[in-house]
Amino acid sequence: MKRFAFSHEAVSGEAVRRLVADDASGAYVAFEGWVRNHNEGQRVLRLEYEAFESLGAKEGERIIREAEERFGIGTVYCVHRLGQLEIGDIAVIVGVSTPHRGEAFEACRYIIDEVKHRVPIWKKEYYENGDSGWVNCERCSAAAHDHD
Amino acid sequence: MIRVQIEYFAILREHVGKNVEEIQTEAITAAGLFDELAERYDFPRMSHMKVAINDEFDDWDSALAEGDSIAFIPPVAGG
Repeated sequence: MKRFAFSHEAVSGEAVRRLVADDASGAYVAFEGWVRNHNEGQRVLRLEYEAFESLGAKEGERIIREAEERFGIGTVYCVHRLGQLEIGDIAVIVGVSTPHRGEAFEACRYIIDEVKHRVPIWKKEYYENGDSGWVNCERCSAAAHDHD
Repeated sequence: MIRVQIEYFAILREHVGKNVEEIQTEAITAAGLFDELAERYDFPRMSHMKVAINDEFDDWDSALAEGDSIAFIPPVAGG
């Protein structure tokens, strides 16, 4: 089963919970990222996610494999929304079930942190004042790209 | 000269006005190709750009080959 997916439609915490349900698991930890109405002092009205889906799906799977290697066995599913989202919509869900709670908390934290930093997903925010902007892009340093 | 395909995402897609294009280039490396396109399209300045070749992250100094598909990855913001 694919364990990392993009979705162009609304996602459900209950659906993720069912996907990782496992008779061998005694613990379930989930993270949901929600669209909030403000960022860096600006009122946000809605936003849009875009991804490099083929590479993003591979990188997501790699992150989940790394979590398994670090924290042991369990069942994991992560889904990230794409397209137009409104305030309060779920942007991302990570669900982890494991035999005991410790590794479920750790694996869930690891996966969401790495997904945010590594998976090629971009977020465009639309603000109350009529502006819009790609988060982490428009306000980048004035220095030339550094080929890192 | 080699022929390569470029994929644009997010801020670069909007800036260039297309998702994908095929070009002929004399660039040897991904970095050289980026510089050529940055000049042609006057890309916005961004730090921490990454590059993917044929759907895998790769190094900026990787050599390009005929038919490669190259994507420039602006700073990401998932979650």
